[in-house]
Amino acid sequence: MNSQWEVVIGLEIHAQLATKSKIFSGASTAYGAEPNTQACAVDLGLPGVLPVLNQEAVRMAVKFGLAIEAEIAPYSVFARKNYFYPDLPKGYQISQFELPIVGNGHLDIDLDGATKRIGVTRAHLEEDAGKSLHEDFHGLTGIDLNRAGTPLLEIVSEPDMRSAKEAVAYMRKLHELVRYLEICDGNMQEGSFRCDANVSVRPRGQAEFGTRAEIKNINSFRFVEKAINHEIERQIDLIESGGKVVQETRLYDANKDETRSMRGKEEANDYRYFPDPDLLPVEITEAFKDEVRATLPELPDAKKRRFIEQYGQDDESAATLTSSRQLADYYEALVEASGGEAKICTNWVTGDVLGALNKAGLEIGQCPVDAERLAGLLQRIADDTISGKIAKQVFEAMWQGQETADQIIESQGLKQITDTGAIEAIIDKIIADNPGQVEQYLGGKDKVFGFFVGQVMKEMQGKANPAEVNKILKTKLKR
Amino acid sequence: MNNKTIAELARGLRAGEFSSVELTQGYLERIRQFSVLNAYITVTAEQALAQAEAADKRLAAGTADLLTGIPVAQKDIFCTDGVKTSCGSKMLDNFISPYNATVVEKLNAAGAVMLGKSNMDEFAMGSSNETSFYGSVQNPWNVSCVPGGSSGGSAAAVAAGLTAGATGTDTGGSIRQPAAFCGITGLKPTYGRVSRYGMIAYASSLDQGGPMTRTAEDAAIMLQAMAGFDEKDSTSVDRPVPDYSSGLNQPLSGLKIGLPKEFFGEGLNGEIATVIETAVNEYRKLGAEVKEVSMPNLKHAIPAYYVIAPAECSANLSRFDGVRFGYRCDNPADLSDLYTRSRGETFGKEVKRRILIGTYALSAGYYDAYYLKAQKVRRLISDDFKSALAEVDVLMGPVSPTVAFGLGEKTGDPIQMYLSDIYTIAVNLAGLPAMSIPAGFVDGKPVGLQIIGNYFAEDRLLNVAHRYQMNTDWHKQVPKGFE
Repeated sequence: MNSQWEVVIGLEIHAQLATKSKIFSGASTAYGAEPNTQACAVDLGLPGVLPVLNQEAVRMAVKFGLAIEAEIAPYSVFARKNYFYPDLPKGYQISQFELPIVGNGHLDIDLDGATKRIGVTRAHLEEDAGKSLHEDFHGLTGIDLNRAGTPLLEIVSEPDMRSAKEAVAYMRKLHELVRYLEICDGNMQEGSFRCDANVSVRPRGQAEFGTRAEIKNINSFRFVEKAINHEIERQIDLIESGGKVVQETRLYDANKDETRSMRGKEEANDYRYFPDPDLLPVEITEAFKDEVRATLPELPDAKKRRFIEQYGQDDESAATLTSSRQLADYYEALVEASGGEAKICTNWVTGDVLGALNKAGLEIGQCPVDAERLAGLLQRIADDTISGKIAKQVFEAMWQGQETADQIIESQGLKQITDTGAIEAIIDKIIADNPGQVEQYLGGKDKVFGFFVGQVMKEMQGKANPAEVNKILKTKLKR
Repeated sequence: MNNKTIAELARGLRAGEFSSVELTQGYLERIRQFSVLNAYITVTAEQALAQAEAADKRLAAGTADLLTGIPVAQKDIFCTDGVKTSCGSKMLDNFISPYNATVVEKLNAAGAVMLGKSNMDEFAMGSSNETSFYGSVQNPWNVSCVPGGSSGGSAAAVAAGLTAGATGTDTGGSIRQPAAFCGITGLKPTYGRVSRYGMIAYASSLDQGGPMTRTAEDAAIMLQAMAGFDEKDSTSVDRPVPDYSSGLNQPLSGLKIGLPKEFFGEGLNGEIATVIETAVNEYRKLGAEVKEVSMPNLKHAIPAYYVIAPAECSANLSRFDGVRFGYRCDNPADLSDLYTRSRGETFGKEVKRRILIGTYALSAGYYDAYYLKAQKVRRLISDDFKSALAEVDVLMGPVSPTVAFGLGEKTGDPIQMYLSDIYTIAVNLAGLPAMSIPAGFVDGKPVGLQIIGNYFAEDRLLNVAHRYQMNTDWHKQVPKGFE
């Protein structure tokens, strides 16, 4: 990046709250239903209907606020944001404007070994709009109001990020947090976690911010980084070629990897916010905050510190294992059930388990080998029943079926051979069959030792105890 | 039969003097006979007779409520399942509501028989019923005069004996002013006492539904069925509903009445002032003490109201966009054309005027000067009422500065029309309950006495109104030709 310019980024993230029903009606929030089957009279904005606040959404917003050590407003107000759009049934969106439920808070991100604190300006509750469907209607537009009224928490950061990488780190951290708190499923494909980015550049050392552009609705971590980097480049090019950045909303096109103008400031809506007279102000008492605080889980940062201390993990493994609550739970269940060394558990989960999940495109919650079954396998490594190498073969079989490690070891005859007599006999045979290699080794070629190990393992179908093999070979091939 | 009160009809039904079906048929016949008044937008004869039959069964089974079998009219602002709910607008001329308003549910549950949907000013914006898409309503006392508004159809129907009782809604005087103009009893309850769910919103922080009847005793019976907390309306208040009928006869000795001097100043018709003074004297005879009070901020009520109500209505009416229900223009060229023409071709002048005023008042740069300022004024007005009601039990004064004016007389001058509500509007801004009861005549047209009470003191208001009606017969007068 051009070092003469400093980049300034702030993010607005819309997290869909995981309530069962909508924020102002009793209709279900489940994703993927037939169009307009989950929209009741209130969601349709029929004449005469009134909103009733879902207390669960309030609870979730407070939970979030407490987790980022934010001020929770004792008194917050819903406001109407007025604009016409076909998928906005009432002609206004119920949101919060002057008095949001969550005030100043912060989130720490780790990047390149350093920790940086990103300010959260506010987080407010609002309802989502429906969807306009432009395909399949022969030039007409279809409206699906299933999503209308789904609760959203809009989380607005300070303009504290200085690179696309920082922005992504912040977004990931927030994503991890809302899932830890179980207030949002974090499903970005279904739009449960969406991001708008405010991007500007300024000459390094300048105190005032440059003019910003807002990039709308970026729905993956990868696209956020690409879209921001593209926008930074566009702005720098523009300024360096004598142009000026205009304040506007831009849309990121992932296919072309570019942003393009949606609407300029001069066309910007005047939303005419005013307090919604249909809803009472939300009052949050200290007692309610305490009640919600008691439901807070161990948060990612604290868990990571504990994993480093308790399990002797390095920073990277601890970060990986605490990246989701379920993964951390899986790991701790494994340590507990295997009764073995935390280090082996760490290696297995960060290596084999996550590798296999990645390959299969699964989440830890969908892992075919649960912690208890995996513990059964690790115990067999610890007690030398099988070698680490055979263990990988057993793990694969466990992944495919329902059997325990012991059943697989038994049925496939994978038990490790530690009988030194049997190993010696094989080694003698191999030494006799390969005089050339023996000569090379004795002549000083260390690498050839591996050839002998491999031959022995091959002959014994990998079941020989590798330590024994090494020991006996060393004695027999004494230089 | 058509000029009996709800209380009398309820006794007649129980005594077997007539059945609810006969009663209903009688009213339906009168509605046909006097259709020229234009009091109803929709008459639901078939449904009414079915409800009446069911009511007769309940009466026979001894499970009847006081309202069971009593014919009522619903202002066409209340959503009624399967029945056109137009709100007096061309926009909703084709709108059949798929659900019942809470008030409708409650009256249905009590066994009341809905005769139909009464005429009203378009979206309840008006003081004469002349903004209705379905045409103006004639005042039974003088058919060349307006019945008042916005609940003009309900008021005219009760006065003409086209129903035993009716629902109304009051945002700035829309129950009390037509009740006064038509010589009937109207009660606007405390904001939050009656659910607004299913009542098409005009100005949400001011709208309140209430009964319109021949007597205070009837108003008590209807309010009993209409009032109560509704979990579907966050602004309804979770507070027990007292028995409104049990305290009606309490003596008024020691009652403290306040007369706000601002209600008796310039602009008030002198003959009306005399009628009000006579009524107050009647209360003195009943043992009340009367004193003058002052509420200096009342003069700001109309300007504050005409910022707040339009601001709220500008958002409330946005849902009428031609997309999901109601009128849609033919062959829209694009989205903007769809919005502009669907709304432009349906909303009347007054509705457009208020949407524009409200949009302007909420716009960036004007919000503080208009909306926020109006809210501050609103607080000052509430405080004025609070201090006055700390000294006295009820406030009394005129409902309207004039009696019913001529049809077409004020339609060209919105300010004159707005001033018609000068004594009623402040009450909505404060959220207080208030009544209008017949207190005399000027030029052969009824005059209403306004009684304003403290929050949730509907029982006291009804008591004060009822004792007056026990000692006077203004409420028993029937317009000529409607006996």
